[in-house]
Amino acid sequence: MKFSWQNYDSHGFYDELIAERGSARPAGSAVAKHIRSLTMDEIRERQRAAELAVKTMGITFTVYSEGTNIDRAWPYDIIPRTISGSDWDRVEAGLVQRLTALNLFIDDVYNEQRILKDGVVPRELIVESGNFRAACVGMRPKHGVWAHICGSDLIRDRDGTFYVLEDNLRVPSGVSYMLENRKVTKRVFPELFAADNMRPIGEYTSHLFAMLASLSPRTGQRPVVVVLTPGIYNSAYFEHSYLAQQMGAELVEGGDLFVGADDCVYMRTIAGPARVDVIYRRIDDLFLDPEVFNPESTLGVPGLMRAWLRGKVALANAPGAGVADDKAVYTYVPDMIRYYLAEDAILPNVETYRCGEKEPCAFVLQHLDKLVVKPVNESGGYGMLMGPTSSAEERQAFARLLRANPRNYVAQPLISLSTCPTICGNDIEPRHLDLRPFILQGAQHYVTPGGLTRVALKKGSFVVNSSQGGGSKDTWIVDCP
Amino acid sequence: MSMLSRVAERVYWLGRYLERIENTARLVSVYGNVLLDLPSPAKLVWESLIAITGSGEDFASRYSQADEHNVVRFYLTDRANPASIVNSADNARENARTVREMVPSSIWEGINDLHIYLHDNVDAALSRRGRDAFLGRVIESCQYLVGCMAGSMSRDAAYHFLRAGRYLERADMTSRIVDVGTANVFPWGTGGRDESGAPRESDPYESILWMNVLRSLNALQMYRRQVPERICAEEVVAFLLQDENFPRAVANCLQALQSCLRHLPRNEAAVNTVTAAIGHVSQADVGALLKEEGVHDFIDQMQIEFNALHAVINASWFEPQA
Repeated sequence: MKFSWQNYDSHGFYDELIAERGSARPAGSAVAKHIRSLTMDEIRERQRAAELAVKTMGITFTVYSEGTNIDRAWPYDIIPRTISGSDWDRVEAGLVQRLTALNLFIDDVYNEQRILKDGVVPRELIVESGNFRAACVGMRPKHGVWAHICGSDLIRDRDGTFYVLEDNLRVPSGVSYMLENRKVTKRVFPELFAADNMRPIGEYTSHLFAMLASLSPRTGQRPVVVVLTPGIYNSAYFEHSYLAQQMGAELVEGGDLFVGADDCVYMRTIAGPARVDVIYRRIDDLFLDPEVFNPESTLGVPGLMRAWLRGKVALANAPGAGVADDKAVYTYVPDMIRYYLAEDAILPNVETYRCGEKEPCAFVLQHLDKLVVKPVNESGGYGMLMGPTSSAEERQAFARLLRANPRNYVAQPLISLSTCPTICGNDIEPRHLDLRPFILQGAQHYVTPGGLTRVALKKGSFVVNSSQGGGSKDTWIVDCP
Repeated sequence: MSMLSRVAERVYWLGRYLERIENTARLVSVYGNVLLDLPSPAKLVWESLIAITGSGEDFASRYSQADEHNVVRFYLTDRANPASIVNSADNARENARTVREMVPSSIWEGINDLHIYLHDNVDAALSRRGRDAFLGRVIESCQYLVGCMAGSMSRDAAYHFLRAGRYLERADMTSRIVDVGTANVFPWGTGGRDESGAPRESDPYESILWMNVLRSLNALQMYRRQVPERICAEEVVAFLLQDENFPRAVANCLQALQSCLRHLPRNEAAVNTVTAAIGHVSQADVGALLKEEGVHDFIDQMQIEFNALHAVINASWFEPQA
């Protein structure tokens, strides 16, 4: 028996593929039609083939504190998530606008501080932030850009409107999985590609390399670009090595680099020291340079900040860029866009309560059972309270945390994440998802067509993080005729 | 662009581990087949296999007897044996994972495929029935990887380090096999002695012994083309140590290693060391060594040179400078 969409029901959530009972949205019609031509057994067979392909291609991620089994196969669902090209064009413009404003903000904060003087963003929120790096004050990176690679998390509400949930400006990860997901789909579902006109994503690493090369302090020769990884035990190691490989750049660890007496950065090679121009660093600020930040760090390179401040090497993202990557600062992004660009934000923020302010804080404490409360400075879904599904004890314990350090938290209403058909055991069911596109800024901008779709595999769950049981999907931007 | 020292070291070890997997699979496979040819008690045959890799003490500490089941387990699945195939495969994959950006993705996928196959099927290989197919597939996968490397990698430093690791590992294994072949540990042919311990004129199993030694190195056919006479100790030992054309002969491995090292920067010390080793192997008088029972000492000396070669490679390229 062929699969039928008749019984598929997303219960009022916006579904990316199926608009209402049985009928697909235009961007998803070819996908929905093809799935209809298969039996459930055939579909599951494809899913198994995909899981084997993931293993053979060595697409893995690492989960913290899992003992010896550090390397897990990447969870992937074969049914692609489709978005129409016209919807996407608007999102793309919104993302470029957002990153442009964020970079103007970071550059301002470490130099003139106009936006603070004008009272648009409260000074103490910035200079007392754990992400503000005093060592960066007065620095002017090339192009005025600090956050060269940004991963913004987007969600869609019940009516399909895209919202920005957060901007990751420090070391956003996931882009390699976006690229690999597409390869797996090509391998196991090649016939799907015949019917649709989707935008290609494979050029990301060329754009990334060109952007990084454009940061080189030396001109007139091919710049030496390296990817700096904390090493094989890092959860994103797969991605570090993948990106280095795709760009033809060296993948280096802290111990491979040193800063010479001339303040230039060198790597240790079989032919002796070789100068490095651009470092795409995938380690956090505080581990970059034990002479300036955490003295215990063995991941970084002593003297690296000195080399960067003297303009001998470029770092992407620049140290200190994380000052704009904080859930409290996030709430001011629409204001930044207005302030620097004199435009309205194309992509709205999710309504957010700043617990550091008195009235919103009282409101949040009264409505803990309805809100999602997040620490401003965490990622990966750690340390948050999911109000609607929490117990009274959990809420009490969380209220204590919140009262002790209100500035550390923001709260948001539980947003209804959109859904997409996902293979669940013997059936296809709606599962909630988000989207992380990647935006590059150097001399120019580039936005990935689509991004990484993460899907909560548990029924009804909104938690999409792979570290907490989330899966992923290939994401297609489809231009409908 | 020049290569990172840390990465060079990983690539070199990747080459060694892949070669070790193939060699171990060959050894176990040939020994399984030897059994079928021989009248003597099987147990002793398996003991001699343990002797080849110099693992006697380690083995004895965990197993009460060297029977087929235990020895095969020791070489294939034993996690406590650092040279077991499962451990070598894990190590190969771990090294490949840290140097993914250096090797073509077909090789990375091939290594994953081998790794998955090994883990899914290694238990079946403990039974005699499943073993041949399993080992055959493992050997094939290794050869596939060698072919991929030859066909798709630029002849840059990564390629040379990969091959340097392979040839040093291979030279080492061949020398061990020759050592065991001449060291009286084989129960069915000894080169030979009678019950009182006195040397015998001729040994009925000598040619079977050497034939199997050649087989374990996939060398029987090539030997036959080179040496048409009856298979005997002197000719076989000379072939396996000194032949310049057979790719598993020690002299050929060392020459291949020498040509790899010549492509690398700052190679003077390493090239000198390998050149000296080549001289020692090719100048040896195998006939005299066999008569004086000096083969074992000679091979001991070679092993010392292999260790020195590894040390000089390490010091020239892997240890951090400045």
